[in-house]
Amino acid sequence: MKKILIVTLISGALAACASDPASEQDGAKVEERKPTVVDRQPVKPADDDATKGLKDDSLSASALRDPKNILSKRSVYFDYDSNVVKDEFRPLVTAHARYLQQNAKAKMRIEGNADDRGSREYNLALGQRRADAVKQMLQLLGARADQIEAVSFGEEKPKCKDAAEACWAQNRRGDIAYPSNGE
Amino acid sequence: MRIGWLQRFIQTAVILLLLVPVPAARAVLTIEIIGSGANQFPIAIVPFRSEGGLPQQLTPVISADLARSGVFRAIDAGGLNPPPSEPQELNYPTFRARGADAVVIGTVAPQPDGRYEVRFRLMDVQKQAQLAGFAYTASREQLRHTAHKIADVIYEKLTGDKGVFSTRIAYVAKNGKRFELQVADADGYGAQTILQSGEPIISPSWSPDGTRLAYVSFEQKKPVVYVQSLTTGARRAVANFWGSNSAPTWSPDGRRLAVVLTKDGGSQIYVVGADGGEATRLTRSTAIDTEPNFSPDGQLLLFTSDRGGSPQIYGMSTSGSDVRRLTFEGTYNVSPRFNPDGKSFTFIQRNGGRFNVAVQDLATRQVQVLTDGTVDESPSFAPNGRMILYATEVRGRGILSAVSSDGRVKQRLTANAGDVREPAWGPLPK
Repeated sequence: MKKILIVTLISGALAACASDPASEQDGAKVEERKPTVVDRQPVKPADDDATKGLKDDSLSASALRDPKNILSKRSVYFDYDSNVVKDEFRPLVTAHARYLQQNAKAKMRIEGNADDRGSREYNLALGQRRADAVKQMLQLLGARADQIEAVSFGEEKPKCKDAAEACWAQNRRGDIAYPSNGE
Repeated sequence: MRIGWLQRFIQTAVILLLLVPVPAARAVLTIEIIGSGANQFPIAIVPFRSEGGLPQQLTPVISADLARSGVFRAIDAGGLNPPPSEPQELNYPTFRARGADAVVIGTVAPQPDGRYEVRFRLMDVQKQAQLAGFAYTASREQLRHTAHKIADVIYEKLTGDKGVFSTRIAYVAKNGKRFELQVADADGYGAQTILQSGEPIISPSWSPDGTRLAYVSFEQKKPVVYVQSLTTGARRAVANFWGSNSAPTWSPDGRRLAVVLTKDGGSQIYVVGADGGEATRLTRSTAIDTEPNFSPDGQLLLFTSDRGGSPQIYGMSTSGSDVRRLTFEGTYNVSPRFNPDGKSFTFIQRNGGRFNVAVQDLATRQVQVLTDGTVDESPSFAPNGRMILYATEVRGRGILSAVSSDGRVKQRLTANAGDVREPAWGPLPK
């Protein structure tokens, strides 16, 4: 779901800085633009090898949203102080790697998260490590590096807010998103 | 793969530039004084002649500024009929008897052009002599700012340090799902929203000349560094490389930003021009290197790194060489920010599960822990090096707090509603 961002820019800073506050506004225009999506770098066309065995329709885009399909599962959880993708998540990562391999134009974003203990910027980097770990595994399983953008939300988008291990565990996670689905 | 900033200039957003009149000054952040300094200087501030009818009175603002510094004790200036406003009207024995060492008097006179002439004098009660006196011409909207300037003069005259009452602070306010990057006066008044978003905003950083803010916004579903002009409102994404872009900090000449990028695998520190462009890599480790901060003389960078196994604070030259570890107490030292005098830095230290604000002297390596909260973060020095502004939580709510560099003076800054976090203290006005 696209979120609509409203950027409110109030020009003309403090009253003290302007002899006449109203005149500071002269440069500002009232402008409304439809949301635009900027395309990423153009992707090379898929070669024949990548489309081998693509008759299996569990690899189509609708599979990404099918609750019965493992591709609709998007979250990989991590232990405390760890970036290791645990065995229980291998099937999930393998399925997404196959999807990327079979759909050479498909792009993915991996969002790393961290619990909220400590510095925001350090937690952003911890979340990044988790996103990178998932990306690395996907590459080992056949996806191309340029198909996957690994980013971090750090502690900024928590699933829960309690100061307890049950909650922290939920926030130590990497989420897979497909921008072409509006995610 | 790098996505040039030119392409990203057109945002996935609806951008509205509104013509909005400057709102009447209103307190958005309320400041409580929690602790005071030792040996406070007793000062009496007599209401200025003719300020009673003004839309904005000056002496209440001056008194509040001086009280908030923790360095002054207010002496009763009332009960005099008529209140003195010129030196020859001052009855020094009265003020000596009340315990004042200094007294402030002044006048306000409306001018034909609709502005006001404000005059004040700072008088030494013992010597019965003038210490300082100035006159200002101010419009109605400038009266509050004039009061802050007067408080700055008084503070500087009596302490030797520059006052910071005319400065501004930036911070992020969160209300439900709405995030607002705001700039307010140092006393919490006149908050203006610089950016409003449904996605998080973190790490605001003031340009050295106070005209621009760098910050990280998640509006593009990934962290991107923007620089926004506070005078025109125009903004530009200056770091939107493949992966995450964060932790902007300005070089002292205002021409470059150090940032953290993950485009080459892992969080590493780079330098970009303040208008964007190519990134020059500074750190070369396989660890997390983040939270860069330039020294006031532009020669050094402090940063956080876990290359030694746990997050600690390091220093390096601005070319990335001569990396050396600076913190050695405990297993978690992060978020370094230089004192404007260049001799110490503030940071966050974890002790037994609590995160507190500390200061380390660069020469002696001595550490002083200044706070006793549990989740203190984001420390930022006032431009006179006397106070540190930081974020903390009280009863589950995000608030800002300030503590003096000797730990004695304490304040709390709370918002009307929602959480406040990520404070950054702006520079001295030019």
